[in-house]
Amino acid sequence: MEFNITPVMIVSALAYLVLGPVVGCLIAGIDRKITARMQGRFGPPILQPFYDVRKLLEKEPVTVNNGQDFFVMAMLIFMIITGCLFFIGENLLLVIFTLTTAAIFLVLAAYSSNSPYSQLGAERELLQMMAYEPAVLLIAVGLYMVKGSFNVSDIISGGPIAVLPLLGIFISYIFVLTMKLRKSPFDLSMSHHPHQELVKGVTTEISGRSLAAIEVSHWYENVFLLGFIFLFFANGSILWGVIGIVAILLLYFLEILIDNGYARVKWQLAFKWCWKITLICSGVNVIVLYFLKMYNLV
Amino acid sequence: MGTISFLILFPLIIALILLFVKSDKTRKPIVIIGAAVIAIFSIILVAENFSKGSLFFFPHEGTTELLSLGFGDSKLSLIKGDAGLASEILSYAMIAIEAVLCLLIVVLGIKYKKYLASILAIIQTPLLIYFEVTKGHEISIENNFYIDKFSMIMVLIIGIIGSLITVYALGYMKDFAHHLKEGEKDRNPLFFFLMFLFLAAMFGIVLSNNIVWMYFFWEITTLCSFFLIGFTKTQEAINNSFRALIMNLLGGLAFCIAILFMGNYFDFLEFSALLDMGAQGVAAGQANPVIALVVALLAFAGLTKAAQMPFNSWLLGAMVAPTPTSALLHSSTMVKAGVFMIVKLAPLLGASSILDIGPGFMVMLVGGVTFLLASFAAVSQSNAKRVLAYSTVANLGLICACAGTGTPEGTWAAIMLIVFHAVTKSLLFLCVGTAEHNVGSRDIEDFDGLFGRMPKLATFMIIGISAMYLAPFGMLISKWAALKSFVDAGNVWLILIIVFGSAVTLFYWTKWLGKMVAIVANRTNIEEKVNKSEWFTLTSLIGLIIVITLIFPLLSSTFVVPFIEGVYAPFGTLVSAAIAEDNMIILVVMVAFILVLPLLFYGKTNKRVVDLYMAGVNKGDNLTFIGSMGQEEEVRLRNWYMDDVFNEKRVNRIGLIVTCVIFTLTFSYMLGMGITLYKMITGGAL
Repeated sequence: MEFNITPVMIVSALAYLVLGPVVGCLIAGIDRKITARMQGRFGPPILQPFYDVRKLLEKEPVTVNNGQDFFVMAMLIFMIITGCLFFIGENLLLVIFTLTTAAIFLVLAAYSSNSPYSQLGAERELLQMMAYEPAVLLIAVGLYMVKGSFNVSDIISGGPIAVLPLLGIFISYIFVLTMKLRKSPFDLSMSHHPHQELVKGVTTEISGRSLAAIEVSHWYENVFLLGFIFLFFANGSILWGVIGIVAILLLYFLEILIDNGYARVKWQLAFKWCWKITLICSGVNVIVLYFLKMYNLV
Repeated sequence: MGTISFLILFPLIIALILLFVKSDKTRKPIVIIGAAVIAIFSIILVAENFSKGSLFFFPHEGTTELLSLGFGDSKLSLIKGDAGLASEILSYAMIAIEAVLCLLIVVLGIKYKKYLASILAIIQTPLLIYFEVTKGHEISIENNFYIDKFSMIMVLIIGIIGSLITVYALGYMKDFAHHLKEGEKDRNPLFFFLMFLFLAAMFGIVLSNNIVWMYFFWEITTLCSFFLIGFTKTQEAINNSFRALIMNLLGGLAFCIAILFMGNYFDFLEFSALLDMGAQGVAAGQANPVIALVVALLAFAGLTKAAQMPFNSWLLGAMVAPTPTSALLHSSTMVKAGVFMIVKLAPLLGASSILDIGPGFMVMLVGGVTFLLASFAAVSQSNAKRVLAYSTVANLGLICACAGTGTPEGTWAAIMLIVFHAVTKSLLFLCVGTAEHNVGSRDIEDFDGLFGRMPKLATFMIIGISAMYLAPFGMLISKWAALKSFVDAGNVWLILIIVFGSAVTLFYWTKWLGKMVAIVANRTNIEEKVNKSEWFTLTSLIGLIIVITLIFPLLSSTFVVPFIEGVYAPFGTLVSAAIAEDNMIILVVMVAFILVLPLLFYGKTNKRVVDLYMAGVNKGDNLTFIGSMGQEEEVRLRNWYMDDVFNEKRVNRIGLIVTCVIFTLTFSYMLGMGITLYKMITGGAL
């Protein structure tokens, strides 16, 4: 039995625990600033997301039933576990499955309220999960085929640059990232603006500290989702490490651009597009990769 | 008497006793004691043989011992010391029973105008009898029984889960009998007879090395399920029972032909001999088309029994039977016999090991297609039992796909799936059965607010459903292993199938889970009405799920890996668990964590409870709102079924076409190969 906890792993986990929400909060602040500028507004201060959460913590604690908070807390905890497993370099499939469990807890939190708007959000959230899950799993498959390991630590420390042989999978991930970051046109389950058909969707019945917990878990999640992009570029060298970080910044800017450029689509469209893109880009990519490997071209 | 003979004979004796027990009061102790003894002796069998290495035969088991019961001491002296003769006499006895059963099917088929069943029975049983009389009795059988680590797992599944289901049936069938209409006969004795007979036959299947005996037990399970499905004798039940019978007889026919080929070409009738010969062929790099054909026919029989497309409709039709039947068919018996056969054949299924388009190709693709399409179909179902049924078909498909790759990793995943699926699915079926009796519906939409009405049962269901697909529970670990084995084996199509299939799985389980966790106002607890025997079984199964999930690294290292090492030893393949042990440990820690978390936090809040948001028109009870005309409207929340995307009929039609193409392609290719080789050997003359 080999189960080694190295000091590096502990430091990485602690760094993610502490720095994760800080970076996530800053990203959210910058996001809002850029969005505002794109819309010709001045925008809130960079630390506005932090002020929002601080305010939420001071609200009067109310809830619609005594079961919901458990699911919210479970979601936060599992999201943190997911990120920690990722940043200590664990198995990528394990990371994805844990992420799924975390996301399911959010859906269950919405379902548990038995409220119409929450349930609408929950169903849509679930539909999106069904839509993006194949693409996310295929990233792990593709990286394994190129790098020969599912472990994040192995993937970032050596081997070829994954983005070229995995171009199709990378394109699918950009598509899926829009969904995962809850950006328009795929902000189907949880809207930022309450005057819409789904009110606040999944979070309609969640307030105060619980809502703050959801915000924080999104910060954690976003950092980890952007970290995924790094896997496509890393090969252990500093140069490609820098390129990876630049790629993350560029792609996030692209996501903000998409967010501001499109109106929300219907769920049917979101679902069908997502599966088609996954099949065409990721699916074909995996098949081509398989044949390239067969003739030792990769 | 040896433990193996005891495990087969004891349930049979209990079954016969129960056939004549009319009152609930007398039946209860017999079933409970019977179930307990079966469970204990399955554990004893495993304990006795655990240290005996990977594969162990019982040369004399089941011959002299079994005969002493049938023939008495006087005749026993004649054949004492001649195990071969004894075994032959026993084979003849089995054939006599088979002839009687064949006659029964023929008569029933004519009576209910299901002539296809009669025809299938008329073809296969005389064929086998003819073979046994002309050729079969010349072939000496050295070992009638065997045990290895995989059959140990199967014995535990049958012995523990199967017995628990019989205990559950006590309470359930009591309620069931109360619901009978005036003048209807209480046929519970027959029901319990069939349940225990089923267990006996299952033990027979997983422990027989003599393939004729295995076939005999195989056919017994077919008949048991036929009678269990038709138990209520409604027109629907009769139709569905015949569908199950016909499809399984088709598999039986393939089995029968496989026996004929085996006996006539190779002069052996032992499963171990088939595996040895196949392994030698693979190791020598020679493809033997006859072996391939035998394996393909046996695998075909396995696929029919495992309800793979296009034969999935028999398992869905089996839903008309009382719930304990469904639980038994889906978890520990019947379909598990099908996948048992496939996993046994797994070393010979490796796609390249025998033929390119051979049995491995067939099993892998039929399993994969079934997994994907059955998962699709499950989305569109609101009937809880049908969701469970499609999920069973899908999981069996995944098991077949894993075993079909023929790699050690795939086999590891397949066995793990069998274990976790057996425990979890039996729990879910029994939970739905209990809910159905108390709520009066098996529709998931009618389980609204079940958490308020039956909190304990709803909790059990939540655990059961989570265990079916969520990290860190066992089923997900097995799916993970399956994915890894597909990638390693380079099966691109299976990779795509599993990623899309598991995404859909996630959807249909979570929407059900959502109904379970929803807290609906003003629900009264109706849980006291549930029988004690039902609670006992449900609680034991929950305990089993938790224990197995916590000890699964141990299960892997003490049972599954040694078994795979044993079967793959002749191939010289490197064997390891599909998932690294440190990952297993992380998962186990997460399980422990996820179990403790609700105990600490669930339901503990000191917050003020407020009304739901309903755009300002909530009447104040969270159940009604004020409509636009000022009238009161009830709040009704319904799930998504996406019938336009995942239409059941369309999905089944696609499955039928695709799998039929795969079957036709495989068998015609193999036939072509066979004829070509035959011509080469005989110099052109056919």
